[in-house]
Amino acid sequence: MRIGVDVGGTNTDAALLDGRKVLATRKTPTTENIADGVVGAVAAVLGESGIEPALLQALMIGTTHFTNAFLERRGLLPVAILRIALPSSRGVPPLIDWPEDLRQAMGAAHYLIRGGYRFDGRPADALDERAVRDAARDIRAKGLKSAAVTGLFSPVNPEMELRAEEILRAEAPEVRVTLSSKIGRMGLLERENAAVMNASLADLSRKVAQSFRAAFRKLDIRAPFFISQNDGTLMSADFAERHPVLTFASGPTNSMRGAAYLSNLKNALVADIGGTTTDIGALLNGFPRESALAAGIGGVRTNFRMPDVLCLGLGGGSLASLDNGAPRIGPRSLGYRLTEQGLVFGGQTLTATDLAVAAGYADLGDRSLVRHLPARTIDRGIAAIHRIIAEGVDRMKTGAAPVPLVLVGGGIILMRDAIPGTSQVALPEHAAVANAVGASIAQISGETDRVFAYDSEGREAALATAEREARERALEAGAEGASLEVVEREELPLDYMPGSAVRIRVKVAGNPRGMDGLTEGGP
Amino acid sequence: MRLAREDLLDIATGAAFLGAGGGGDPYIGRLLAMHAIDQFGAPEIVSADSLDDDATVLPIGMLGVPTMLGEKAACGDDVDLVIERMEQRLGRKADALVGIEIGGINSLVPIMAAARSNLPLADADGMGRAFPELQMVTFNVYGVSCTPLAIADDHLCSLVVDAPDAKSAEELVRGASVQLGCSVVISCYPMTGRDLKRSAVKSTLSLARDIGRVIAKARKAGDPVDALAAHLRTTPYYSHCKILFDGKVQDVLREMRGGFNVGRCELAALDGSDARMEILFQNEHLIARENGRAKAMVPDLICLVDRETAQPVPAESLKYGQRLKVLGTSAAPIMRTTESLKLFSPQAFGFEEPFVPLEEMDD
Repeated sequence: MRIGVDVGGTNTDAALLDGRKVLATRKTPTTENIADGVVGAVAAVLGESGIEPALLQALMIGTTHFTNAFLERRGLLPVAILRIALPSSRGVPPLIDWPEDLRQAMGAAHYLIRGGYRFDGRPADALDERAVRDAARDIRAKGLKSAAVTGLFSPVNPEMELRAEEILRAEAPEVRVTLSSKIGRMGLLERENAAVMNASLADLSRKVAQSFRAAFRKLDIRAPFFISQNDGTLMSADFAERHPVLTFASGPTNSMRGAAYLSNLKNALVADIGGTTTDIGALLNGFPRESALAAGIGGVRTNFRMPDVLCLGLGGGSLASLDNGAPRIGPRSLGYRLTEQGLVFGGQTLTATDLAVAAGYADLGDRSLVRHLPARTIDRGIAAIHRIIAEGVDRMKTGAAPVPLVLVGGGIILMRDAIPGTSQVALPEHAAVANAVGASIAQISGETDRVFAYDSEGREAALATAEREARERALEAGAEGASLEVVEREELPLDYMPGSAVRIRVKVAGNPRGMDGLTEGGP
Repeated sequence: MRLAREDLLDIATGAAFLGAGGGGDPYIGRLLAMHAIDQFGAPEIVSADSLDDDATVLPIGMLGVPTMLGEKAACGDDVDLVIERMEQRLGRKADALVGIEIGGINSLVPIMAAARSNLPLADADGMGRAFPELQMVTFNVYGVSCTPLAIADDHLCSLVVDAPDAKSAEELVRGASVQLGCSVVISCYPMTGRDLKRSAVKSTLSLARDIGRVIAKARKAGDPVDALAAHLRTTPYYSHCKILFDGKVQDVLREMRGGFNVGRCELAALDGSDARMEILFQNEHLIARENGRAKAMVPDLICLVDRETAQPVPAESLKYGQRLKVLGTSAAPIMRTTESLKLFSPQAFGFEEPFVPLEEMDD
């Protein structure tokens, strides 16, 4: 028995599942203090199903709260940035490519320190411990509360980062430390960016984790809770508290994983239609197809693996108008104000939802309030809505052959007709809370991504080492050891080099501890 | 002319396009150049023809695994060091720098070097595109000696190399670069202004910048791919330009062979026809074939760009499902001479077919 929760910018959804069976769902407005909304939604599904909190084995929470906080520059701490790489990388100082406002807010202090490794893990230069100590004292003197430490080639060898953390703890125990090797992959700047983002969220993540803990205590829930990360797998609440940046792209991932689960389709397109926008993504073997492009978040470049999502300006609250007879839907939207200002709710603004109600297939608000709309307007508007989705589907398809399309999200009430280019349109039960369901079925993963020299180690030994490291990380994140399986293994020989250096990426995934056999297997 | 900091983004986009699939992501090079300009001021860009015949010109760039640069970017001191070691070895001071390869990251490393050293940077390079090995430059084709050359890594280990020919120098330096962490700063083909004027592909830095500008402008209004093609037709080298294909990536096969990223990519037409295009690559795109018939081949440029934004997509990032347009353009005339084709034709890359210029291919 488990509960998946999705905390979005507008709605907080919960779904209670027993094995594959969805027992109860609830959609509630997101609250200022996000824990209140979570308590409300969780209490509602427990109440509706009559399940005792003691029977719950786990709670899984997906949230875009940290992404939104970063995008809106809310509750961010200034960060002390330590880079262990000198003399390397001096040509690109920290935050060089950040938007000016963020650089001002964030770049409290930079410390470039001698040290770092070579690509094969040998030291390039000894760590200048005195410089770390001096930095720690300066951080203290400046009153900074959070630090990000990034070492040259730390994904290959994190020792110097760990040593720097020890020194920081001894000299400035009140400072929270983010190590880049815990969150990022190869690519010094992108990894450092992610570490700085993470460190800036240190205060907010502690508050959020504490309020979740308090909330679940209030509901008498003792089961462990987990947080979804970008790749659709989970991390323990404690791990997430220290690594909030890993939640940044979990929203679309959860909705696509939920769509796959609810529809039983592993290879399909998914359109998640919300209040303002529609995200269209592609499922490959039940997991989102990933984007090949470097992901910019709030103007900052990172190297997270993000789902390849096409975002369209169509949702339930989209404004609808007729210019010279040509219907226009979106991209402007009433958003959450739909239920005050939309026509069927007694407002003055014509929206996509009003058209669907007027056409007779959506049942929302008061239909008599749209009775005055001419039939021609309605028909053209409905056709325009379907055309937007059809064009998005075509752009995301990988071939001319028709593919299945799964519709999820609160805005699915807009859809009625077949979509050209699709073999079927699936509208699974509980589609409105696919995000929460996606969170609830996730596994815990661990990943390693670094360069090995096949000439000296041999391929077999290198692959075994990579897998062992990935397993260690999964265990640290809260996975049950026996259930871990390799779900991805990628060997990328490095260009331009005689064939010895190979970048290996291994990902393992398994069930959360204490939940054997309840969640769905990996790809 | 002085290069403005604002030009760097346009140069990076243009250089990614001229990389024709290879040359490495110019992103980190742009940041290196930006920081150097912030610290030392913008470098002066001069035309190759304006240099004294007796001027000492040092070509400069990076050599190694482009992805490695994402972790260990040049520190700057390494760039200064190779110039210093070359000057020591030659017994004279450099009067100007020049790029080796305009395609990819090596378009921007010379800008960083010129800003730091306060030397003028000649608006030229040795290929007008990207190619992977040290001997694959017009400097070599037209008799400039590859050595003495100097390399240095980010930890300031350096090496000066002499070799009887460019290919031997390539093999030696490639091996040493692995020891030095898989990417190094290099200066090679030291030459006079006279040699540069007769052996370089000229004006390529300004061409890269203009390509980037046209794309950026068309993204605000218009169709960036059409605007790009229209612009290329007005340039001196890339004037034969065709949009060869509009499709989705169906399949990418990749393997490492002899240290190269070798493979093929297959695109299916977006217009619903059953036309297919196959792109064969070895770091750079080498040949494009539609339904089995060649449409463009090296040394002409085969560039894959996002069909909406005209953002160039390198061979290492090709992925199932991408929606791309394939552009072919002519290479600079100096790259298509009989002497040059010995190094740059499809046959030099192991294909059977001889080079056919883009403009003579059937549509």
